[in-house]
Amino acid sequence: MFTTRKQYEPYISPFDPCPPIRVKTYVTAPNLYVGFQPPNLPQFPLREALMKGTLWQVFYDPYYSPYETKTKGDGS
Amino acid sequence: MWIYEKKLQYPVRVSTCNPRLAKYLIEQYGGADGELAAALRYLNQRYTLPPKVIGLLNDIGTEELAHLEMIATMVYKLTKDATPEQLKEAGLEPHYVDHERALFYHNAAGNPFTATYIQAKGDPITDLYEDIAAEEKARATYQWIINMSDDPDLNDGLRFLREREIIHAQRFREAVEILKEERSQKKIF
Ligand SMILES: [Fe+2]
Repeated sequence: MFTTRKQYEPYISPFDPCPPIRVKTYVTAPNLYVGFQPPNLPQFPLREALMKGTLWQVFYDPYYSPYETKTKGDGS
Repeated sequence: MWIYEKKLQYPVRVSTCNPRLAKYLIEQYGGADGELAAALRYLNQRYTLPPKVIGLLNDIGTEELAHLEMIATMVYKLTKDATPEQLKEAGLEPHYVDHERALFYHNAAGNPFTATYIQAKGDPITDLYEDIAAEEKARATYQWIINMSDDPDLNDGLRFLREREIIHAQRFREAVEILKEERSQKKIF
């Protein structure tokens, strides 16, 4: 398995003008890991797939703003 | 040719009259990594790619037009009833004096769309790598717009569009794999 969010801690200067963001997050989408799609992967039910934007569970990776309540953006 | 279905690929809902969000969204309309650029890029490159991957560019290029239409709907809804005062507050007065409330192909900073945003190099791997990069850039743009937006309904539509970019990038990566394949080794997928 793989994760689709990675984190790093940038250098913090004692003289930074803004309150530092200690942990930075970036996205590593599923398409980096799967390669040529293998056969018989699990699917979403059709109605659900239409709303989610993909039929394939492995490629579903929704993004929420870290400033929204649900977090899948940064953080988790 | 195309057959037009008179509906959107995904329902577009907007909860607040917020022309500022329209200003951000216009990036995905007439910007360098926007839906217009994507559609024009793929539908043009497809002529000179190996036959095995032409269909893919045809399909994705067509879908990008459906995305363009969703973005247009979002921008339209966000601005159609806004007063000139609200548009001014959103920093849209340069747009208003030139276009009133009409949509136009320019980016969030007001730069008009240009064909220099896209390329067709005639080298299949080069073109597909550009396409992968374009999808990742569009995905990132959607993330930054979602971060700037506080409209949950709008973000729902943007999340759908971003998910499609992930799928497009996946399919372009697979297209590279198809073109890389050695003739002698028959790989079973
Ligand atoms: Fe796309």
